[in-house]
Amino acid sequence: MTSIKELKQVNNLTFECETGNYHTFCPISCVSWLYQKIEDSFFLVIGTKTCGYFLQNAMGVMIFAEPRYAMAELEEGDISAQLNDYEELRRLCMQIKKDRNPSVIFWIGTCTTEIIKMDLEGIAPKLESELNVPIVVARANGLDYAFTQGEDTVLAALAQRCTQLQFNHHSNDSDSQKSQKPLIIFGSLPNFVNKQLTLELANQGIDVAGWLPSSNYVDLPNICPGDYVVGVNPFLSRTATTLMRRRKAKLIVAPFPIGPDGTRAWIEKICDVFGLKPKGLEEREKNIWSNLKEYTELLKGKSVFFMGDNLLEVSLARFLVNCGMTVYEIGIPYMDKRYQKAELEFLQATCQKNGVMMPKIVEKPDNYNQLDRIQDLKPDLVITGMAHANPLEARGINTKWSVEFTFSPIHGFSNAKDVLELVTRPLRRNSSLPDLNFKV
Amino acid sequence: MFMKLAYWMYAGPAHIGTLRIASSFKNVHAIMHAPLGDDYFVMKSMLERERDFTPVTASVVDRHVLSRGSQEKVINNITRKDQEEKPDLVVLTPTCTSSILQEDLKNFVDRASLNSVADVMLADVNHYRVNELQAADKTLLQIVKFYLQKFKELNSLNQLKTIKPSVNIIGCVSLGFHNQHDLAELKRLFYDLNIEINLVIPEGIYVEELKRIPQAWFNFVPYKEVGVLTAQYLKDNFDMPFIDIVPIGVIQISNCIKAIQNILVSQDEKVDYTSYIDRQTRFISQSAWFSRSIDCQNLTGKKAVVFGDTTHASAITKILANEMSIKVVWAGTYCLNDAEWFTKEVEDICDQVVISDDHTLIADLIAETEPNAIFGTQMERHIGKRLSIPCGVISSPVHIQNFPLSYKPFLGYEGTNQIADLIYNSFTLGMEDHLLEVFGGHDTAKSLGSTLSTKFSMNWSPEALEELSKIPGFVRNKVKKNTEEFAQNSNVEQITLEIMYLAKESIRA
Repeated sequence: MTSIKELKQVNNLTFECETGNYHTFCPISCVSWLYQKIEDSFFLVIGTKTCGYFLQNAMGVMIFAEPRYAMAELEEGDISAQLNDYEELRRLCMQIKKDRNPSVIFWIGTCTTEIIKMDLEGIAPKLESELNVPIVVARANGLDYAFTQGEDTVLAALAQRCTQLQFNHHSNDSDSQKSQKPLIIFGSLPNFVNKQLTLELANQGIDVAGWLPSSNYVDLPNICPGDYVVGVNPFLSRTATTLMRRRKAKLIVAPFPIGPDGTRAWIEKICDVFGLKPKGLEEREKNIWSNLKEYTELLKGKSVFFMGDNLLEVSLARFLVNCGMTVYEIGIPYMDKRYQKAELEFLQATCQKNGVMMPKIVEKPDNYNQLDRIQDLKPDLVITGMAHANPLEARGINTKWSVEFTFSPIHGFSNAKDVLELVTRPLRRNSSLPDLNFKV
Repeated sequence: MFMKLAYWMYAGPAHIGTLRIASSFKNVHAIMHAPLGDDYFVMKSMLERERDFTPVTASVVDRHVLSRGSQEKVINNITRKDQEEKPDLVVLTPTCTSSILQEDLKNFVDRASLNSVADVMLADVNHYRVNELQAADKTLLQIVKFYLQKFKELNSLNQLKTIKPSVNIIGCVSLGFHNQHDLAELKRLFYDLNIEINLVIPEGIYVEELKRIPQAWFNFVPYKEVGVLTAQYLKDNFDMPFIDIVPIGVIQISNCIKAIQNILVSQDEKVDYTSYIDRQTRFISQSAWFSRSIDCQNLTGKKAVVFGDTTHASAITKILANEMSIKVVWAGTYCLNDAEWFTKEVEDICDQVVISDDHTLIADLIAETEPNAIFGTQMERHIGKRLSIPCGVISSPVHIQNFPLSYKPFLGYEGTNQIADLIYNSFTLGMEDHLLEVFGGHDTAKSLGSTLSTKFSMNWSPEALEELSKIPGFVRNKVKKNTEEFAQNSNVEQITLEIMYLAKESIRA
């Protein structure tokens, strides 16, 4: 175990911004998990061969399972506007309707549709009424967004489609002790994680009125002015803004339910807003931690460096500090200090409580500079994309591939173990390999 | 040309071809003019398990570039990379995005080369006109041409032929299908033939070494997709003969070696490889003997279909038809640009030639044909899975399992053994499957078994049961057991969803 380097102790989080030369997934990758989440949907990515090539390779075997997504591949004629976009999209969407009969078609705009200024938002309503299938447009392009922000653009568009019926959703007169304002949770999670979090809140006497997204488009939640909304993921700032500004909902700004610490803080904040006193959460958190002991023992005193590519970094860093780690750097594609306010404060408090250095938060990082810093700091673990994982391992640096955090259940009390399973895997792997007295 | 609905493509976009060439050379750096996320080529470090950082960076096209143009950004990125990595050559690589922006990248390159030690070049490929393979072919030519002209002007070109017969192998490229193994096999072949390898282009060489190209007696292009343009250029400008017979399969290898012999003889070298071919065919390659054996006899007249790039699809078709007397119902390629050559090579040995890059059409054709085995790409393997037809993967596009650690060439005499195994294994598996069906499975006695147990010692709520049923079969029983144990220990009578989750949490790491 390497000792933590002496670094200048600072009491506040520092924010930096670099050049933005970093590797990340294209935001259109969100279709891979969203088409599975929204079961009656079809995703049409309007882009070029480059987009198709990325999806084909990034999604791996999923591609062969007849996914409910396809590329509308733009050819030279489309680019030079020799063809009529409306007619072309109409033809494709008719075919999709005939073959798959989805309840909703998502159009995912890409860099190319941005550059050639294809008016997707203009065409969609016309085609929607002609085909009688809702068409939701999201611009998840690499000009503006990184990786998980793709989901943000889709959910922001979807938020506009939620109904707005003024009736008291949930309270049957019989059991309405208090008339709680409806609470809608936003963020796409596997269905079983939805259930777990819903149950946690139910234990506190809080009823979840709906989820955005729901597992079927036709079951989108009703969101009225004054309803409460809370996010489960740190990358959903556009969705939050849309819910506040367009739907007049009230946003609960809380840390995110990642790690037992985060989950407890998330629930407590919601309880607080509803004027409820949280029950048994301290005990619950303690129990989870005691079950994680084997992992935290391994992590205690070790250092970690986030290169940054999926916006989960701040929440994960905060959880790992609570596990006894020191975080050198939190690289992050984009930092919304308002939406992540509670999480940032929580991170700061956690570092102070544990007496470890405040990490440096680097927005739009520069991978080349980061590799330099990694070489100097020699962290025990680097959380990074696949571009750097093998080369860093070959240089004797432990790495964990960051994308796995996006595709694994990491939310709530129950899944805290899964996060640490991922984080400790390289450490456990290396300690289980014999020292063969050679360098790879 | 019109917008088309697509799920899968056989050949990648043009810039991938350029990047494959650039990253094959040593100390050549590619800078993509591309939006965030387009640098997916970095998966090279995953697929090839590369230990070094892939020498590709992006000059990111973002909203600002869209409104104001790249301005100095590209130039700064080039000069920065020049200082950081000190490459010999920087290849500025356009992408689909940059080609619609229509910025004057050529101008950026000219300006950047004034300030950088490295040579700087703009890859001359049109995203909407060529695919990955064509772009690779073009970029290789572009680089070779650039340096030969440069060395000529500097008068530093080595024009004197080597004393011993020698060859340049052209077209071994990173991320190629079994390329590394093929290259090792080729080196062995030339060693056996007493021919020196002058250069392998581009895999693993420095651009500086290109000045030695003309020293070789001839050029050898093992694959149809990449390298032919370069070989043709060298023939036209340096009078270097080349051979582009694909050395896959015993018959093709003999043809190839005979062609080599003719070239050497025409340059006054007295060689006769007849006995070498005979010895190798009989003793090193087992596949000629395999063709005579009872195993292969059983394959006579079996139906196969073949699909892939031109190199592999044509070669495998020839092996199946000419060396194993298997009936190739149709053979096809997705390399539309080389359709004519492909058709000429295989039209006499299969019933139908298919030229298409539409995987749904290929899937339909396979379903219609109902062959005993498929030889194709990863896509055909998955089609085969769905139709329960075995498939041997013989061509890109491929997954990580097609970058094997063990020695698996397709070229040369060892390649013939590998291919014979691949073919034979595909068919026997098919036969075995068929027999199993006839006799109703491996073991007809129903096992009242562990994973299908329906016994519940506890009372489960319907939601909990539903959740349990979603847990994959191989762990379901364990989860059930743990949950019931937990419930019993906590004196709970009914297992609800909540109890399930609590049970999961309670299990110590």
